Amino acid sequence: MIINHPLFGPRDAAEFVYLGDASLMNRPDPKAEDAIQQFYEYMYLRDNPAGEHRELWFHEQGDRSWLIVTRNTFTHEITKVELARQS
Amino acid sequence: MSLVDNSKPLNFSFDGKSFKGFEGDTLASALLRNNVRLVGRSFKYHRPRGIIGAGSEEPNALAEIHQDGVIEPNRRATMIKLFDGLAVKSQNGSPSLNFDILAINDLVSPFLSAGFYYKTFMWPRVFWEKVYEPAIRRAAGLGRLSTNPDPDSYDKGFLHCDTLIIGAGAAGLQAALIAGRAGARVILADEDFQMGGRLLSDPQLIDGICGQGWAEQTIAELHTLPNVRLLPRTTVYGQYDHGIYGALETRTDKIGAPGARQVLWRIYSQNAILAAGAIERPIAFANNDRPGIMLASAMRTYENRFGIDFGDYPVLTNNNSTKRNHAASRIDTRDAQWVSDTRGRKGLNSVSLNSGQNIETDWLGVSGGWNPNLHLTCHKRSRPKWDETKACFVPDINTLPENMQVIGAANGEFSTYEAFASAKSACASLGHKSGKPPKAEDTPLSINAFWHVKGKKRAWVDFQNDVTSKDITLAHQEGFSSVEHVKRYTTLGMATDQGRTSNVVGLAILADARGQSIPETGTTIFRPPYAPVPIGAFAGPHKGQHFKQTRLTPSHKYAAEQGAAFVETGYWKRAQWFARNGEQGWRDSVDREVITTRSSVGICDVSTLGKIDVQGRDAGAFLNKVYVNSFKLLKPGKCRYGLMLREDGIAMDDGTSARFSDTHYVMTTTTANAGLVYRHLEFARQCLFPDMDVHLISTTEQWAQYSVAGPNARKLLQKIVDQEYDISNEAFPYMACGKVTVCGGTRARLFRLSFSGELAYEIAVPTRYGDALIRAILEAGEEFGACMYGTEALGVMRIEKGHAAGNELNGTTTALHLGLGGFVSKKKDCIGKVLSQREGLVAEDGLRLVGFIAVDSKDQITNGAHFINIGDPKDAAHDQGYMSSVAYSPELGHYVGLGFIKGGDKRKGEEVMAVDFVRDNHINVRIVSPHFVDPDGDRLRV
Repeated sequence: MIINHPLFGPRDAAEFVYLGDASLMNRPDPKAEDAIQQFYEYMYLRDNPAGEHRELWFHEQGDRSWLIVTRNTFTHEITKVELARQS
Repeated sequence: MSLVDNSKPLNFSFDGKSFKGFEGDTLASALLRNNVRLVGRSFKYHRPRGIIGAGSEEPNALAEIHQDGVIEPNRRATMIKLFDGLAVKSQNGSPSLNFDILAINDLVSPFLSAGFYYKTFMWPRVFWEKVYEPAIRRAAGLGRLSTNPDPDSYDKGFLHCDTLIIGAGAAGLQAALIAGRAGARVILADEDFQMGGRLLSDPQLIDGICGQGWAEQTIAELHTLPNVRLLPRTTVYGQYDHGIYGALETRTDKIGAPGARQVLWRIYSQNAILAAGAIERPIAFANNDRPGIMLASAMRTYENRFGIDFGDYPVLTNNNSTKRNHAASRIDTRDAQWVSDTRGRKGLNSVSLNSGQNIETDWLGVSGGWNPNLHLTCHKRSRPKWDETKACFVPDINTLPENMQVIGAANGEFSTYEAFASAKSACASLGHKSGKPPKAEDTPLSINAFWHVKGKKRAWVDFQNDVTSKDITLAHQEGFSSVEHVKRYTTLGMATDQGRTSNVVGLAILADARGQSIPETGTTIFRPPYAPVPIGAFAGPHKGQHFKQTRLTPSHKYAAEQGAAFVETGYWKRAQWFARNGEQGWRDSVDREVITTRSSVGICDVSTLGKIDVQGRDAGAFLNKVYVNSFKLLKPGKCRYGLMLREDGIAMDDGTSARFSDTHYVMTTTTANAGLVYRHLEFARQCLFPDMDVHLISTTEQWAQYSVAGPNARKLLQKIVDQEYDISNEAFPYMACGKVTVCGGTRARLFRLSFSGELAYEIAVPTRYGDALIRAILEAGEEFGACMYGTEALGVMRIEKGHAAGNELNGTTTALHLGLGGFVSKKKDCIGKVLSQREGLVAEDGLRLVGFIAVDSKDQITNGAHFINIGDPKDAAHDQGYMSSVAYSPELGHYVGLGFIKGGDKRKGEEVMAVDFVRDNHINVRIVSPHFVDPDGDRLRV
């Protein structure tokens, strides 16, 4: 696969490390009443759709940016790549 | 006109017998030139077999290349380019090709039908491993491997192009010419060493010149175009995402030749044109597998390209209009004539027709029509569609992979003119206009599907896996009617040729049995690789010590001079211990290093620990988020131990962080987790806390860092650190850090940290001074009897001190388990804090890290042992915990251990049994404090 890095242009997927669902960016509020329940859901209950998916990739062999890649898990078509820190 | 060079003879041997071929021959053509028809024995029945094809589709003629004790098995004779000195042996003949006792299998074939193994070797169970499997493996199977190392080198490379053209026949050459002339960056790959495809084999006129001449002239022009790269002998074996293709280039078949034998290419393309041609398929009639029976197109190749003479009486049978060479008899199924059986023991003698007529002949050419080579269109799950008039599968234009076009015979466009015309339109769609295609033959294919001759005798479908038409109908009768089931039950199409010649015939026979059409019956899916790729090519140069990188510590050279034994920790080679004359084994060395360090001073290279520079206004706040304990209020000039959790609450890593200024911290991580922690910190910084003003950079490789430990550590360092820096206990107390200079002005960082439990420092200089510094330190330490110590002594001392390390931070333990519950700040949030409070992780009687000693000090405790309460059964239900680390303590004179046991913090003094079934060592141990040496830490602060 080729990931079109917003700063570097097209790069081979081998340069990246995959993490998973971009919802991992939405860390719950640790002060909430039901923080344990919220963190449990945040940690363990993630979507794994067959189709369009926003997911986190780390450019470890590059500039160490975390990217949000919108990828169709069925066709591997990539429609959008954003810098995580700017999303 | 033959394309072999009769002026360049080449000697080769087959099964020990010497033969002569010519430059331009394949092994297959050279064997035919020498009238060798019998070239192998079949997989299951050990039937005599000959060459069927002339290209990568060859199912029968598999051979081993031998050279100096190295064997390369399962090579297709049609794909080996003859070279002088080639030594080849046939496969699966036992004891020899001519006399094979296992040909008895052929006589008992009624018992060896589809599913035979599944049905037969069921009972008794133990017989499978001990008797059946070894016997079957000896009898069946293909070539043998030598157990010698592969002497060859393999390489990998990356190529980029606008257009990748796969196949250099009429269509591919024409497309390359048009795109190349238009200036596109073109890669033209063909699996044959001679480009030209069927133009080399089928005599015809193109713009008034012969096909071979046209190919030669086109290739010559392509060579003059700097934007076109020609890759002969390169098989494009897989289509991957986003225009990436895998290709295998064979540079030579010779074993042990200089340079890379094969190159694995990864090709990045904007678009691709598949022009891979088509492969002829056989007809399943009785005994259609005898040596001498060949695909008609292959015979044509051997006659025209290689100049092989098949004598005066070859017979041809076909069901279509493809042009043929001369033949004494033509049996055309469209005239209701077909071959119904053949005779000849080790080769064809005669054929019988459905009319009852017998014809004597040594050679029979067969054509059951053509299968377009559309495999690469299916690697991303597109399915081909059935074309009834051409009786073949063709690519489905609606589901083709993105940016791929298919032209020529691969697209079911079989005439040369159609190939040229489709190349023109494919190139036009890429924006490359071209003139009228060359004049060439344009007869449409006329074919009446004719798949098999029904009868009692066996008719082969898959030659390589010995699957007959009866096996397919039997599978159907036994309920295995779906294509995928038939394939697995009979192994149809599962041999190394991946059913190149057999799949469609098999499918047609199944369709017939089911009373359905072929499209209703389906097709099997094609997956990469299109042709076998040796593991050696995938490995490329990454084998042996080059399998992964090797990282050497700054003191490596010095350590090697001192007789260090090295251990791999991740990519690093670290000194494990330093053997001296007279020491009997590693324990002697390790004990001495520990005693020297605890009584005087020892030095250890700790450069491998991960070092991360953390800078910014929010650096302290950031560390508060990633460590369980507080760093925001740490004073500049101080260090602190920190524990880091994963978000699920489990301990991830530990280390110290030093604060050099308000906005600058230096974090250390464990050696093993350096990369992982860095990734985790970047995730926290960019994804969780993007508003913080903090920046990170790994500096692991930039600093050489040595631990100097022991009562004489300060005295030694005072000789190294320049005089203007006061490192007395008052000025530079325990947990201090600062920037200093050493050895007369070299900048350095000094940390007063201790992993060993002694008065200790870590001193860091830029890596390039690392070798000089270690030599200076040991020279300065001579008066104290200083020594280097390795990772073993480091481990002993940390166990004596009760410090957790990788064995304890093992991915299942929390701060509480590690006895570090008190470290977790109650005042602030950090990653992992919330989930570390989950019910199951905070149980009162959960595992706790404590120390263990044997009740009888003569007993040796072992790590990995599980704890059982005295008197309880030794089983998993009564498991109380486990021993994680054990070392012999030279200071105490006995073994000490660290381990986790339920409610351990409240059980000190209690005796339990440490049960070790692996070493059969069950001993009573006492639960003690994990701090075996200097429990109050007095030595750290002197």
